[in-house]
Amino acid sequence: MDFDLSEPEQELAALCRDFAQREIAPVAAAAWEENRCPTEILEKMGKLGLLGLLVPPEWGGIGMTTVGFVAAMEALGVADQSVASAWQAHSTIGSLPLLLFGTDEQKERWLRPLAEGTALGAFGLTEPDAGSDARGIATRAVCRDGGWVVNGRKAFISNAGTDMSFGVTLLARTGEDDRGAPQYGSFVVERGTDGFTMGPKMKGIGWHGLDTRELYFDDVWVPDDHLVGDPDLGLGQFLKTLEVGRISIAALSISLTQAVLDLALGYAKERRQFGRAIADFQAIQFKLADIATELEAARWLTYRAAALRDAQRPFMKEAAMAKLKASRTAMWAASEAVQIHGGIGYMLETPVARFFCDAKVLEIGEGTNEIQHLVIARALGC
Amino acid sequence: MNVVVCVKQIPDPAGTMKLDQSSHNLVREGKLILDESDSYGVEMGLQLAEQAGGGEVTLVSMAPNSETSGLRTALAMGAARAILVSDPGLAGTDALGTAKVLAAAIKRAEPDLILTATESTDGYTGTIPAQIAELLGMPSVTFSKKVTISGDNVTVERQTEEGYEEVEVPLPAVLSVTAGVVEPRYPSFKGIMAAKGKPVDELKVTDLGIDGSAVGASGARQEVTAVTPAEARKAGEIVTDDGDGFQQIISYLERIKVI
Ligand SMILES: Cc1cc2nc3c(=O)[nH]c(=O)nc-3n(C[C@H](O)[C@H](O)[C@H](O)COP(=O)(O)OP(=O)(O)OC[C@H]3O[C@@H](n4cnc5c(N)ncnc54)[C@H](O)[C@@H]3O)c2cc1C
Ligand SMILES: Cc1cc2nc3c(=O)[nH]c(=O)nc-3n(C[C@H](O)[C@H](O)[C@H](O)COP(=O)(O)OP(=O)(O)OC[C@H]3O[C@@H](n4cnc5c(N)ncnc54)[C@H](O)[C@@H]3O)c2cc1C
Repeated sequence: MDFDLSEPEQELAALCRDFAQREIAPVAAAAWEENRCPTEILEKMGKLGLLGLLVPPEWGGIGMTTVGFVAAMEALGVADQSVASAWQAHSTIGSLPLLLFGTDEQKERWLRPLAEGTALGAFGLTEPDAGSDARGIATRAVCRDGGWVVNGRKAFISNAGTDMSFGVTLLARTGEDDRGAPQYGSFVVERGTDGFTMGPKMKGIGWHGLDTRELYFDDVWVPDDHLVGDPDLGLGQFLKTLEVGRISIAALSISLTQAVLDLALGYAKERRQFGRAIADFQAIQFKLADIATELEAARWLTYRAAALRDAQRPFMKEAAMAKLKASRTAMWAASEAVQIHGGIGYMLETPVARFFCDAKVLEIGEGTNEIQHLVIARALGC
Repeated sequence: MNVVVCVKQIPDPAGTMKLDQSSHNLVREGKLILDESDSYGVEMGLQLAEQAGGGEVTLVSMAPNSETSGLRTALAMGAARAILVSDPGLAGTDALGTAKVLAAAIKRAEPDLILTATESTDGYTGTIPAQIAELLGMPSVTFSKKVTISGDNVTVERQTEEGYEEVEVPLPAVLSVTAGVVEPRYPSFKGIMAAKGKPVDELKVTDLGIDGSAVGASGARQEVTAVTPAEARKAGEIVTDDGDGFQQIISYLERIKVI
């Protein structure tokens, strides 16, 4: 069993750590306040090859391992969760459907700019009336005039509304099979296509820098070559890309936990009450020891799920476990870290408060933790 | 357009520097990094080669213990190859000795242009560029801010206290590049990985045909006789603004000659 990173993985992590410290950390607070996706940072990341992490070199990426992706996320996420969340959505659900199911022409046209970092990718699954129940989506695509007419509405879609966004790959119902069960297909809808509009950027508890919106499709016609993969198997395709998304959210969660641990430890050594550093109190020490221990547990679940994917072995259950454990740990650890900071930790001026706000969504996005439980229970044979 | 950029590898300035008790020289053990001052020369070299539409950047460095960490950073930025001179016989070399070594190494690359920084971060004598030019019999232009190649000549905007002056010299020439005049590119992941496979020719003093006694401690004509600690930073001057604050700021800036 080898717990070490390979040389390219180490180089990538070092590059991300350096970039995060120099370019992301100094502007993180301002971007959060401005409630805006800092695409200028994402563009710089693109130039370094970081927007094509999981895409092979032939399509403009760097063909990194999933383990390397987790290591990169750990380095980026400690600096800022918003940038890291935009980056992760782009790198996984935003790019992988095209990589896994697109034709060569589609990859050349849409995947290459995503991987080379000149455009930002988005995926639209969730709708106002269908989140966990992905089969329940109502958006429809109907075959017409050598193409498809899309009608419907998508909710909470990340990365579609920035000045760097190329559009969205979305999931829509395409028809029914012999037994009347709905079938689904994935389609690319580029920005500026007639009938494709969107609402304003929504404001969340955290992730202020992530651009998340509602998207509206009103008789949007796209040619046949905008259909990605099988016209009937789109749902299965998308669920497959979500598995990586879970590892990615787990990685984001461990980066958050590391960040709040570092902040709480630093503060505990500095803050003095009753004539000594609060880190001298056992009650505080035990909190820190607990966070560090839970973090290690979450970290190695995450790396193991990633290593299984790299070895092309089944990893669905492990990815679900990693996401469940790591996101819960992050939420709990953020709360403990705020507690260690006392009143100042409650104030949004402090980084620990920002991380606290960023933590909640980790238990919701890319499959809620209840859904992770379902996946794990099913894998157990329930 | 083949450009040689001299790059010095130095102890990380963010760490603590140590001086050798007897020689008063900087202790250069452990990992050395690319001197940030040289990242501007590397960037400018890459830009000039790109603008010329051909040619490449060769790095030249003299450093102890076969150190290549700093060279790898510059190779990751895009330089094609490096020549490293590393030899135990170079211990104690002074600035002129260093210039002799660098000049001999530069000759091998047969460049059209040689770039250096104006001064290094750790030694900062600022003497190497002119010494190299003299040894190679080439024109020397210091404090270059903007560099334009036109045929067999190079036109340089030289930073001065008042602004800049324009100088034109024939190639090949040695130019020292002022810090901050270009924005050094960040090495990309592909660049970092590619740098691992780029050639670094490591040479000894004898490979360069230099007489060993002209370099090293024996050849040094420069000696550090004593070292005193730097003066502690003084507290800032507080000026109360009685409505003429801006005047006081302007006259202060004039006094230190920044405006
Ligand atoms: C910031 C942010 C960004 C997002 N970005 C994207 C994006 O880019 N693309 C995209 O497609 N989606 C995106 N989403 C949507 C996200 O994936 C969904 O919010 C999530 O899947 C949950 O769906 P829902 O909100 O409809 O909740 P619901 O499915 O309505 O769930 C409500 C509650 O019921 C529980 N629940 C539901 N079903 C069950 C069950 N069978 N058993 C037990 N409990 C159940 C859930 O766990 C949850 O607690 C984003 C969401 C957020 C907050
Ligand atoms: C007493 C003494 C002892 C020394 N002992 C050693 C020793 O043991 N081992 C050893 O390796 N060196 C040794 N040196 C050499 C020293 O490290 C410097 O390389 C040399 O003195 C140049 O001085 P500087 O940094 O002030 O150059 P500056 O003139 O300030 O440098 C200007 C520019 O020239 C280029 N340049 C300068 N030095 C180098 C270099 N080494 N390689 C590539 N480009 C360069 C850079 O672009 C630099 O920015 C010694 C120097 C002295 C004075």
